[in-house]
Amino acid sequence: MNTIVCIKQVPETTDIKIDPQTNTLIREGASSIINPFDMYALEEAIRIKEKLGGQVSVISMGPPQAEAALREAIALGCDQGVLISDRAFAGSDTWATSYTLAKAIRKMGKFDLVICGKQAMDGDTAQVGPGIAVQLNIPQITYVKKIESIDQNLARVERMTEFGYEVIETPLPCLFTVVKEINEPRLPSLKGKMRAKSAQVNIWNSKDIQADPERIGLKGSPTQVIKIFTPQPRKGGQILQGSTEEVVDKLANILKDIAAGCK
Amino acid sequence: MGIEILKDKCTGCKLCLKACPFGAISVEDKLAVIDLAKCTLCNACVDACKAGAIVIKKDLASSHRLNSEELAQYKDVWVFAEQRNGVVQSVVYELLGKGRELANRLGVNLCAVYLGESVGDQLKQLFRRGADLVYVVESPKLKDYLSEPYSNVLTQLILEHKPEIVLCGATSLGRSLIPRVAAVIATGLTADCTGLEIEQEQRILLQTRPAFGGNIMATIICPHHRPQMATVRHKVMPEAAADSLAEGRVIKKYIAEDKLISRTKLIDVAKEVETTVNITEANIIVSGGRGLQGPQNFKLLQDLALVLGGAVGASRAAVDSDWISYSHQVGQTGKTVCPKIYIACGISGQIQHLAGMQSSEIIVAINKDPQAPIFSTATYGIVGDIFEVVPALTAKFKQILRKS
Repeated sequence: MNTIVCIKQVPETTDIKIDPQTNTLIREGASSIINPFDMYALEEAIRIKEKLGGQVSVISMGPPQAEAALREAIALGCDQGVLISDRAFAGSDTWATSYTLAKAIRKMGKFDLVICGKQAMDGDTAQVGPGIAVQLNIPQITYVKKIESIDQNLARVERMTEFGYEVIETPLPCLFTVVKEINEPRLPSLKGKMRAKSAQVNIWNSKDIQADPERIGLKGSPTQVIKIFTPQPRKGGQILQGSTEEVVDKLANILKDIAAGCK
Repeated sequence: MGIEILKDKCTGCKLCLKACPFGAISVEDKLAVIDLAKCTLCNACVDACKAGAIVIKKDLASSHRLNSEELAQYKDVWVFAEQRNGVVQSVVYELLGKGRELANRLGVNLCAVYLGESVGDQLKQLFRRGADLVYVVESPKLKDYLSEPYSNVLTQLILEHKPEIVLCGATSLGRSLIPRVAAVIATGLTADCTGLEIEQEQRILLQTRPAFGGNIMATIICPHHRPQMATVRHKVMPEAAADSLAEGRVIKKYIAEDKLISRTKLIDVAKEVETTVNITEANIIVSGGRGLQGPQNFKLLQDLALVLGGAVGASRAAVDSDWISYSHQVGQTGKTVCPKIYIACGISGQIQHLAGMQSSEIIVAINKDPQAPIFSTATYGIVGDIFEVVPALTAKFKQILRKS
């Protein structure tokens, strides 16, 4: 069973705060982490390997420093890492990113399963997973919260929806995006950390993956960001004063019309 | 291609440094320096620079772009009419409200696309909410959502009829289906938009969405590809008013059977039994955190939610302690909600939680710690014991809402 996990290095989001005076972003330090949803993807892939054997490869597209994220993934139990890195990828939107990752996955050879986190914590788009599935022409199941059964040919999973969940069966190869509920990620072992230090991480550029220069980076991205701004921070309002009875009366009075309208 | 600092214009004022969401700029010897490994060419610094010293070269005519003649062939605003069990979902009526506004600005038709087993009386509903035209594809194979047949059908309709704009709810269905369609057509897609406007001259859709958990907003365009596609967050835009006399045209399409084949199979649909309403649909959410002290106390919130006709939410702390299931989690690793009223009980208000609920219309915080950060976000705050205040609120609303 060969599984490929796609991960992204993201800024640790608690670092991002808004300076109330200037209304700009403050970034304390520059710590980066593996996108939290991708941790569940890594854990699930490693569990499948432990059960069925085979290999887990981890892949990321990003700047050279994203190599650290790949080593962290190897420390958790992945067998090998590939970093897709090239200045030509700068400005890639979700379309160009899906294209690029799919090109790299094809170069990696035969696989049975691709797992992604449901979305990245910085962009929050959730579009790259389905995009890769289309580019690779394999079925996709998004928001997977449980793998009920899996073997070389077939998987049965639970897909989370707003209303509960669906049970879906799929032939492999397939692409899953996973949610937090699927597992509890492990911590890296000492042995894993040692291995990660010396493990080989391949770095591929746009030529290595034979990407069409017209399809990558800003040039290959149908969308463009034209403006970034900080929203007006929400102001704290009124603290209701008085005894429990009094504050409950006050609040009920304020909310009663809206609440009646919602019924 | 790339970004460049014009050395003769840069004053070293550091405005760009503050504006950069990616920490890619530093100032050395009174000159801005851009770390190309971190820069995403997002434009924030270009807007911030008062000296006009930063330029991004976007003269990158890709051979895959449409020319102006091709762009002009695309007309109409489409709304994907998501249905469950044959019933059009309320987010669709929100999209029709916004879609009408966009279509009027562009002087084109507003169209809905319905895929399902049978459209039935839902057709009338779509006309009442403003659709001029409804494309209908009926097949037992489209009864429930499956990504392959749904994306095949929608892709084919788009390629054939060339809409200028396609909108879909940012639901679990929409966010799985639409990226596939955009990937096949090779056009732009913006996820989870909260604002949509038209730039009339070039007929460009200005799509605004939150990123970094709502800490920054980005406006995104798709200038050279069509259709311009967006998924739109539920509950942000008002529903289109219903006009009971409104009528429209219907076009029933027949799709070749091979397009309806799905490699994935839907075996079963399980409903969550513990609560009646899901939190992304609810108008009122009563949410609990660590302050509840244990799973048994969620009963207090359920009682209040029941009286208000709302749903029960939870903070990550409560979910991680196994007090309530993950589907209730609000926040960065859970769901993003924007109800009319959000009542946070015993939730301190970590930034990750705020990211999931700060666009709620009214936020009420009940917490015994007056220093809890939640109070600086809440519209109304009560400093008090949730075990006293919440049951008292339940009793009070029971009394009031029975009367009205």
